[in-house]
Amino acid sequence: MSRAEAAPAGATAVPASAAARRWGLSLLISEVTTTFRRWRTLALLGVLAAVPVLIGIAVKIETGDDGAHGGGGPAFISQVTNNGLFLVFTSLAATLPFFLPMAIGVIAGDSVAGEAGSGTLRYLLVAPAGRTRLLFAKYATTMAFCFAATLVVAVSALAVGALLFPLGEVTLISGTTIGFGEGLLRALAIAVVVALSLVGVAALGLFVSTLTNSGVAAMATTVGLLITVQILDQFPQLSAIQPYLFPHYWLSFADLLRDPVLWDQVLRNLGLQALYAAVFGSAAWARFTAKDITV
Amino acid sequence: MEGRSRPEPWPGATEGAPVVETRALTKRFGGQLAVDGLDLVVPRGSVFGFLGPNGSGKTTTIRMLMGLIEPTSGTARVLGEEMPRGTRRVLPRVGALIEGPALYGFLSGRDNLTRFDAADPTADARTRRARVGHALDRVGLTGAAGKKARAYSLGMKQRLGLAAALLQPRELLVLDEPTNGLDPQGMREIRTLVRSLASEGTTVFLSSHLLDEIEQVCTHVAVMARGRLLIQGTVGELASSARGRLAVTTPDTAEAVRVLKEHGVNDLAVLDDRVTGELPAGPATELADLNAALVRADVRVRAFGAERASLEDAFVALTGEGFDVAG
Repeated sequence: MSRAEAAPAGATAVPASAAARRWGLSLLISEVTTTFRRWRTLALLGVLAAVPVLIGIAVKIETGDDGAHGGGGPAFISQVTNNGLFLVFTSLAATLPFFLPMAIGVIAGDSVAGEAGSGTLRYLLVAPAGRTRLLFAKYATTMAFCFAATLVVAVSALAVGALLFPLGEVTLISGTTIGFGEGLLRALAIAVVVALSLVGVAALGLFVSTLTNSGVAAMATTVGLLITVQILDQFPQLSAIQPYLFPHYWLSFADLLRDPVLWDQVLRNLGLQALYAAVFGSAAWARFTAKDITV
Repeated sequence: MEGRSRPEPWPGATEGAPVVETRALTKRFGGQLAVDGLDLVVPRGSVFGFLGPNGSGKTTTIRMLMGLIEPTSGTARVLGEEMPRGTRRVLPRVGALIEGPALYGFLSGRDNLTRFDAADPTADARTRRARVGHALDRVGLTGAAGKKARAYSLGMKQRLGLAAALLQPRELLVLDEPTNGLDPQGMREIRTLVRSLASEGTTVFLSSHLLDEIEQVCTHVAVMARGRLLIQGTVGELASSARGRLAVTTPDTAEAVRVLKEHGVNDLAVLDDRVTGELPAGPATELADLNAALVRADVRVRAFGAERASLEDAFVALTGEGFDVAG
């Protein structure tokens, strides 16, 4: 009480800072900076940045001898030599099935369990961070990492593509040609859709993270679940359940390279991600707000 | 703040509602009762020593008071509000060090404090830097503030944990084994710090297994064993509940034992030229008469006196066991 009275009574400053405090803006900023200052986070982003470099160099060497096209490899790879911008699409298509969600799994899995394991969770809670607010800050930070990771892949791919290959007009899947500027816009849209595709796995990782006090166990479980679900998505016999698996529509982002854009699968993907976020976000909240913190 | 009356008047309590008040507080983990029907009252302004062997339920009690775990039954009120429901309003006024410090090894000492302060929604971001600096200064860590916490010694980590509890002026400080890992000089500094905080009006709730420490800084004490509260009261009350011992230094030990036994002194023991024994109950025995009787019997007395019972004596009398035995 004495603190509330002690707060300066500036007419305009107080409502703004009061709102910022209620939403825990300080905590969110602290959470984001703490996560992005860790060597582990930077290493994950470094690995993701290296993927487009490897693909770009591989494509350059492959086409150096100008032999017949193999036709294998990730989507769009055959077009990279004509237009460096396609390296962005190729790299996102190559990293989305495993590299990106694995990185998200590490960050999300460690988010609560890692703090519990090191004991810092109890000090955040007696600060008092508030369990709901802390969980929200953790999820928002994981989302920020989803966008950062996708952006790192896209920007690295664009840089490598511009260095190794010509840039220019983009021929879409449907055969239409658009200018480089619009191509860049579509690349940006694709990056956003890819980042949003990771919302589901982030919520799943957060939930797993509230179940254990070991960060490593939570990361391993999340990544294990990801691999299992990816394998299940391959069996035609399981076609009945596949539309409900979170990676099922991931590669639908390619539909943004059609003219006109085919929204059907893209929207289905985003809806599925929202469903996963709602289900596992609620489960994480129910678990975390009722949990006895004994470490 | 409280409309209802307190269960019992507390002897020697300072005025005002108690800072901590639990009623039949119980926590069961699986089949095991960790805390069993605890009725604890911490008066405002006290330095409250919370004693007990390892595994007696001290830390579980502290975790319930801090809203980290939910009681199985019973209630815990801190600063007038029930926990864990009042967490958001109560905890900004409470500083805590629970089961040792926990830090982000990859952050500097200063950044650790900044992070913990940012987690408190009532903390003013504009004064954060100054308050962090002041807290570091108070525990003597200003010189090491820029070092990564993983390079800290155990004592330095303990100090940084204390600094986190001191980021704001607090009404209540909960310190669980605050001198763990500190050298004697560091322990003395912490004791001085606790005393100065108490003199500023902060109630300090101090759990420790060092009886000596409790006796030196605390005004009140509670003793737990096997999840139950054995006794609570002022340190003076508890120590006086254990009877003092008489000690006589003399070369004529055999004769001294005979005379003392005649005068009702029990449990006599001889060690070299020292005879000790338990004074008889009741105020009847005047120490001067005992001494005169010894002299009359030609016992050459070199030293004579009653040794005040220590908290340790009281504790052993209460629990019937050595201190560090797990309950």
